[in-house]
Amino acid sequence: MKANVIVFPGSNCDRDVKVALEKFQIQTTMVWHQENEMPKSDVVVLPGGFSYGDYLRCGSMASKSNIMNEVIKHADKGGYLIGICNGFQILTETGLLPGALLRNKKLKFICKYVNLLIENNSTPFTSKYKKNEKIKIPIAHNEGNYFADEKTLNELQNNEQIVLKYCDENLNINEESNPNGSCLNIAGIINKNKNVIGMMPHPERCVENILGGTDGSGIFQSLLN
Amino acid sequence: MKFEVFVTLKKEVLDPQGKAVENALGDIGLNTIKNIRQGKYFTLEVSENDENKASDLVKSSCEKLLANQTIENFKFNKI
Repeated sequence: MKANVIVFPGSNCDRDVKVALEKFQIQTTMVWHQENEMPKSDVVVLPGGFSYGDYLRCGSMASKSNIMNEVIKHADKGGYLIGICNGFQILTETGLLPGALLRNKKLKFICKYVNLLIENNSTPFTSKYKKNEKIKIPIAHNEGNYFADEKTLNELQNNEQIVLKYCDENLNINEESNPNGSCLNIAGIINKNKNVIGMMPHPERCVENILGGTDGSGIFQSLLN
Repeated sequence: MKFEVFVTLKKEVLDPQGKAVENALGDIGLNTIKNIRQGKYFTLEVSENDENKASDLVKSSCEKLLANQTIENFKFNKI
């Protein structure tokens, strides 16, 4: 399996993603955002970071980069596309995923491990997990407050597009277990075709025991299925 | 031709920054000021002499980049 990781000015999780992908024998190429083409791959990753210094709106400038035309073509053809953190923000700015990511409700940058509920395990990115399984993965963001209007939220629910939700130790999904104010405690969603996923948590930071956990591994292992 | 552009959050979108500013104003005794919403203000110049064409270009820049219409509204004026 082959992957491309897109590198924007200000990306800072790009190399972590490469290490994580390669741990699972996924051959990885880094692709600079100004390129007009990229090697053929099974999966493209938009990594975390602060592309273009988060100017204007997080992910807005990156979503207009040259390489995004190729990324959109890849997704339109059914190729797998993962946006992590800033990558998720970029996906909403391109319109590949609905909604938007707003400033955290309490206006603080949050960097900590959170509990997540696997709401949908019948996606190419979560098939290694069990439905309603609880996993622990770190988040690190200032704008992770997922917003969508009522109609979009209903659609996301009806089409089973909500993949990850913030929960507590006992799988409760409520205001206390919601770190950033996201609608419906949403931490990750998928498109209707189930080939484009966006998530605020960082699975690449969670694939080695020495780094505090391996719960993120399932995302990469699912791709191999 | 010069324009000014205002980008504001839609009314149904929570604005915690506006709320924080409102609270801070309350702290300095200006507690009769309410419902603060924070937005963005741009000025820009268009190299175009026809006002209609220039307006179309500004509108297009708002739709494509300056505003995210999922969460924001925009308006603009010639200045």
